[in-house]
Amino acid sequence: MWVGCTGTHYPPYPHLLNDSDISLALRSLHRNEALSFYIAISPWLVGFLLFTVGPMMISLLISFTDWDLLTAPLWVGLDNYRDLATDPLFIQSIKVTLAYTAAYVPLDLVGGLLLALLVLPRFKGVGAFRTIFYMPTVFSGVAFVVVWLWMLNPNGGLINLTLGWFGIVGPRWLLDPNYALWALVMMSFWGWGRSMALYLGGMQSIPGELYEAAAMDGADSFRQFFTITLPLLSPTIFFILVLSVITTFQSFTSAFVATNGGPLDSTLFLVLYIYRQAFEFFNMGYAAAMSWVLFAIIMTLTVLLMRSQKFWVFYLGGRSE
Amino acid sequence: MKEYSTPILQLHGWRRNLRILLIAAVAVLFLAPALWMISSSLKPDYEIFATPPTLWPISPRWQNYSEALTSLPFGRFAINTMIIALGSIVGHLLSCSIVAYGFARLQAPGKGFFFILMLSTLMLPYPVTMVPLFIIYSKLGLINSFTPLILPTFFGNALYIFLLRQSFKQIPLDLEDAARMDGAGTFQVLMNVILPLSRPALAIVAIFTFQAAWNDFLGPLIFLHNQSLYTLQLGLSLFRGAYNVQWAYLMAASLVVTLPVIAIFFFAQKSFIEGVGFTGTKI
Repeated sequence: MWVGCTGTHYPPYPHLLNDSDISLALRSLHRNEALSFYIAISPWLVGFLLFTVGPMMISLLISFTDWDLLTAPLWVGLDNYRDLATDPLFIQSIKVTLAYTAAYVPLDLVGGLLLALLVLPRFKGVGAFRTIFYMPTVFSGVAFVVVWLWMLNPNGGLINLTLGWFGIVGPRWLLDPNYALWALVMMSFWGWGRSMALYLGGMQSIPGELYEAAAMDGADSFRQFFTITLPLLSPTIFFILVLSVITTFQSFTSAFVATNGGPLDSTLFLVLYIYRQAFEFFNMGYAAAMSWVLFAIIMTLTVLLMRSQKFWVFYLGGRSE
Repeated sequence: MKEYSTPILQLHGWRRNLRILLIAAVAVLFLAPALWMISSSLKPDYEIFATPPTLWPISPRWQNYSEALTSLPFGRFAINTMIIALGSIVGHLLSCSIVAYGFARLQAPGKGFFFILMLSTLMLPYPVTMVPLFIIYSKLGLINSFTPLILPTFFGNALYIFLLRQSFKQIPLDLEDAARMDGAGTFQVLMNVILPLSRPALAIVAIFTFQAAWNDFLGPLIFLHNQSLYTLQLGLSLFRGAYNVQWAYLMAASLVVTLPVIAIFFFAQKSFIEGVGFTGTKI
């Protein structure tokens, strides 16, 4: 039943076929292939409807209600969205998330690039260094946060211990509302290996001839970096940028485990606040409304980035689709 | 993967030595947290906050490991995590390879549209569907079961489908045609020609799925409330919940919990790093 573009059903005497026979056969072949295509992608298509489209519709409906899951949902129209505008915690969570993203993403872009430049050329032991820089990214989840929780401990942590050797009394990091968010930004350097790997992939696909030609024209290393490497790397930079913005905006685990949003809500990420409203206070409607605001922000940022592509992203051999 | 060295870094003399020095310094920075973790995991209680602080415990206390792992049912947590991870791997390998074959090889009207639609789901924030999915699963009585975590993997994943499609497209059409001449249908072609030639890409999908399932926190946090169903990550966060954090235990448990992923990473390092690079090649 699942047949594709098979070449096995040729009639034994092709010269006896007239044109209309052939086009008929071709058309049925195409229809078969189209059918096979839709059967092949059906798992994803069904999943898309069941786990994405359906829930999104439901989420939109819920966002217009007051619902604690115990009593019947109460239709409140746009009240949830109106309440958001005056909820100081929601405004705080937007501020925190924006500040974190604005600090994290550029650092990740530049840091990953610098790491990649360090370990791009082949020399003895380069593999070991690539491994060392990439390894921390497998520590994602709770363990990553827990390591830094201890590193940043004001009394026994390695950071303040090191600062102590230079006679500096370190701040209380995650326990100080002025430092907590920046401490979370700081510990993110340990995850630069992921963008390093992406950059390495991008750099290795730049044709070597370009550098040879540039060298013959007398361009020095720095000139080559800015006129060849960086422009040809722009699709990779764009990819990392979009991915990084989308994932950073949804940060949850670090704040949940390290600070639980504190101190004084200084690390109250938007997703953490959604989680609280939904699964601690059971305000399903309010949480759903917030998740739609999150969605709108991410969509806006992504579209803006996509639009900006034509100003700074270059594709070798024409623009990609 | 072909290696080109950007001439910008072909340095000589003192500049070369400076670069090596720089790399070494950055490497120390990257290794420090992990080494500090190991050192702390071996410290006895009184040494954790000792003044003057010690970089390495005077007498390493290996019992920390066995005590940390038995203070909570970590064996149970490990089995739970394993079930979810293996289930997810089976789900993704089955669903993603079939869907990827469709996108790589079969022609149909509307194909371009569905491909773009699929890729655009990568931008969808999980929290938008998190609330309704919780409600649906709780109405179905599936909270406190692994179903909400495993079931979706049997319906594909946009990133892995994209990755496999890229890999399937590299396989010469002639091979497929030859199999069809011998009477193989689409399913046999997929099983006997495409998949055996795509082992590296399938391995990447399996490894990434394993890592994602092993490290997932928000999913299990929402759907698993019964402690006997907890995953390792939830178990780790239990340590944190205690008022008096026992740092040595916490470090020991975190290390053990991360060990399988680190082991796989070292085992399949090349495909790991290249796989990450590969996903970013072109969208």
